[in-house]
Amino acid sequence: MSDTDRVMPEHPPVTDWIHDFDHTDQRWTDNPYPIWDEMRKASPVVHTNRFQGCYLPTTYEAVRQISHDTEHFSSRRVIVRDERPEVVRNAAPPITSDPPEHKPAKQLMLPPFTPDAMKKLEPRVRAICNELIDEFIADGKVDAADRYTKHIPVRTIAHMLGIPESDSDVFIKWIHMILELSIKDESKLMQAVQEMTAYFTGFIEERRRKPTDDLISYLIKAKDKDGQPLDDSQVLGSLRLLLIAGIDTTWSGIGASLWHLAKTPADRDRLIREPELMPTAIEEFLRAYSPVTMAREEMKETVIEGCPVKPNNMVLLSFPAANRDPAMFPDADKVIIDRKENRHAAFGLGIHRCVGSNLARLEMIVAIEEWLKRIPDFRLDPAGRVAWSQGTVRGPRKMPILFGKAK
Amino acid sequence: MAGKLKIKVDPDKCQGHARCKALAPELFELDEFGNAHEVGDGSVPDALVEKAHLARSNCPEFAIDITEE
Repeated sequence: MSDTDRVMPEHPPVTDWIHDFDHTDQRWTDNPYPIWDEMRKASPVVHTNRFQGCYLPTTYEAVRQISHDTEHFSSRRVIVRDERPEVVRNAAPPITSDPPEHKPAKQLMLPPFTPDAMKKLEPRVRAICNELIDEFIADGKVDAADRYTKHIPVRTIAHMLGIPESDSDVFIKWIHMILELSIKDESKLMQAVQEMTAYFTGFIEERRRKPTDDLISYLIKAKDKDGQPLDDSQVLGSLRLLLIAGIDTTWSGIGASLWHLAKTPADRDRLIREPELMPTAIEEFLRAYSPVTMAREEMKETVIEGCPVKPNNMVLLSFPAANRDPAMFPDADKVIIDRKENRHAAFGLGIHRCVGSNLARLEMIVAIEEWLKRIPDFRLDPAGRVAWSQGTVRGPRKMPILFGKAK
Repeated sequence: MAGKLKIKVDPDKCQGHARCKALAPELFELDEFGNAHEVGDGSVPDALVEKAHLARSNCPEFAIDITEE
């Protein structure tokens, strides 16, 4: 079947969020918070027969337990889709790895992403932000999701990998195919993976001949736990992970932070007056507007928070819903930019803690700091509409903003 | 008069979120993988008591203990 005549299966609208939820429903995309509250009030774990069977833990405690339980919950599939694509080796390690393969794969990726390593990257990230702002500041308005927040992570990752920042648009296309289109059309996943492999194979060959100090060269030089160099499938898997996990996640995190500040002048003014509050405010944006929902596959029957969970079901591991649990966070629905105690789970919990969390934090802090320096006065365009992404990663994909006195 | 406080990171619980290092850089160090451990024997100078509590209450893995000697 060709791409054009493939019929996208439509999901019927949800009428019962407790027993028949669907995270691709338009109401979920537009405003998921009341839906999560309704589910949480009903049960710590809810279930749907959609997606061939899927659970969703609604409380922080249930999400924490599942995140720490690699015996009953596998990471071999981390996106909930209509179909269950065949499990492939080295899909995107370590995010798709279980113990015992997980630890060496994770340890390989950690050193380039420590806070100290990120400090060296900071000047380039600041420059990227300012190059982007230069392009639109004179217009008095911008779709900030399309012309600012989207490009910061993709150019930063390209810079780290040592591939041309000008190829950014094609990376964004692959990510859209893998994270959004593939939920209902598996062929998009295959197509994107094939195109990525073709793209990166050339760079891998080039770096083998002539290594540099970029991340592709780091992976080629790296040794596995037996002291052997990584084979091509491991290098490609790691590169896939960096692109898939590092781009629209942070695009969403920066976008949601800017969206909050566009509609909350008091917080914006306070951050301009008290710039030292920025890291704490970013943690609160990460909690309140967590972009990433991961998934697990239930392998062995167990009980979570009194709810029996059975094999052959997927689990939508909603860190965003956990972060809105009032049992864990007082005033969970309020955004408090100087929140003192904030054990949010935006980057996951347990062994799968996001490898790029220090990079994401750096990009979010720098992107908001540079924006506020150049454009301290801004608001959502009342004539425009903010559009949010569907599915696994939540963030603004259209965000028309006016500056200063612009109308 | 309260006793001296000591902090301790449980290496089996720490997953390298690095919140402690961001909030109390004087009290925590990170290894090459970004996982945290306490500086020296974990003694908390009086001036850093508040930072020690802040680090503990922002650890998503509940990996930091504070004890009083």
